[in-house]
Amino acid sequence: MSTSTIYMDYQATTPCDKRVLDEMLPYFCEDFGNPHSASHVMGLRAQDAVENARNQIARLVGAVDPKEIVFTSGATESNNLAIQGVARSYKEKGNRIITSVIEHKCILEACRAMGREGFEIIEIPILKNGLIDLQALEEAVNDQTILVSIMTVNNEIGTIQPINEISEICRKKDVLFHTDAAQAIGKIKVDASKVDLMSISGHKIYGPKGIGALYVRLRPRLKLFPIFFGGGQERRIRSGTLPSPLCVGLGKACELAQQNMHSESIKLAEFKDYFIKKIFDNLSKVYLNGDAKQSIPGCVNISFGGVEGEGIMLGMPDICISSGSACTSDSLEPSYVLEALAVNEDLAHSSLRIGFGRFTTFDEVEYVSSRIIETVNRLREMSPIWKG
Amino acid sequence: MKYSKEVMDRYNNPQNIGSLDDSDKNVGTSVVGAPSCGDVIKFQIKVDENGKISEAKFKTFGCGAAIASSALITEWVKGKSLEEAKNIKNKDVAQYLSLPPIKVHCSILAEEAVSKAINDYLTKNQSKTE
Repeated sequence: MSTSTIYMDYQATTPCDKRVLDEMLPYFCEDFGNPHSASHVMGLRAQDAVENARNQIARLVGAVDPKEIVFTSGATESNNLAIQGVARSYKEKGNRIITSVIEHKCILEACRAMGREGFEIIEIPILKNGLIDLQALEEAVNDQTILVSIMTVNNEIGTIQPINEISEICRKKDVLFHTDAAQAIGKIKVDASKVDLMSISGHKIYGPKGIGALYVRLRPRLKLFPIFFGGGQERRIRSGTLPSPLCVGLGKACELAQQNMHSESIKLAEFKDYFIKKIFDNLSKVYLNGDAKQSIPGCVNISFGGVEGEGIMLGMPDICISSGSACTSDSLEPSYVLEALAVNEDLAHSSLRIGFGRFTTFDEVEYVSSRIIETVNRLREMSPIWKG
Repeated sequence: MKYSKEVMDRYNNPQNIGSLDDSDKNVGTSVVGAPSCGDVIKFQIKVDENGKISEAKFKTFGCGAAIASSALITEWVKGKSLEEAKNIKNKDVAQYLSLPPIKVHCSILAEEAVSKAINDYLTKNQSKTE
């Protein structure tokens, strides 16, 4: 990253922590064995490394048994495996799958694909603060329901869903519960005992891209029809040779996340409070999207009345952030998450998501907030819809 | 979004931002687009006694392409007769700014802004022209 560039898009991805990279490097050229070749020393070394990583991941998510961790290529694969796998394994039991309107695209599209195969997909609405409508969820769970999939933390607005309450509803009605925890792990404490399936990703927690995992509850045993067929690795759930360097990276990233979670969340909460206060003190007609309290500290989503998100970003080319504006998407549709929150469409176009993380400094927070204020003021002066 | 130098120049140093007095009968005004679509252009022209556009101003809510397209049309219409200004087509704007395909709608808005401002001027001055 060039020194003049400031990265504040930690929900999109994170830089790989150098300590993670250092752990990974020996498994490329030296200990390169196939972790499934347990008949010789090179294979065993790789296997040990992968199993150590599995333990590190299990500890972070609160799995009882490391075997409950199944490596995948990332959260998109984990989510697809959970949705498609449960649908195909439990179609005799019922055909209803319940999710929410603000899930990541990979959940929504996997569900819609199952919908085309005959499953009934229910997308639960959310409340104005971005939290799931629990009553609507409870009413939607019928005797045909096989799976509820609700994300732990939303990637655009950072809201934390009431996982314990959702878990209770699912347990009471004997329905499997999957959560996409890609944006949650390492930021808040997650507890695998509350769910049956949980997706995680490496590159959201300072690990490498191309690796993720799916927590699959072991007892009582859960059936999961695979997407890939092959050598039957990963408890026959996910065939394919494990990328041992990436597995090691994900494990190390989880270990570091566990060690740093407490101190990092205090730091990021201070940054978030300072940032929001400064923006609100200096600009009128700004709106916080999501829930101010029930959200992770590293994510701020704000709409700036009278100006357009991409327009703001273009004025700060040295700052990496993102926007829910249609102009930043390929579809020309504004963010469906902000729409679901009943944010006015023009305010959805006016939104910015700012993500703080492990390597963010206070000086950067100070600088970026000042630049946003300056740019919004400049664009408001030339906006025909800005009326002070 | 990767934009051309022409877009960035106009986004960073836009000429002709502002408003003209709409009550002046020599001024034609248009407002095109909608906030819910993410683009609104307010465009104004002032026509001199020789029937030429002597001044043009804009205000835009929108992305870089929308701002650059509206700034560009204010530059282009100046000194032109209404007939000449009517010939400014969206594809000329898109081509000049090398707009990516997904941003071509911004140039369509710009063309619409020019034509509606001219119509507004003509409507205001109907009694004179008839």
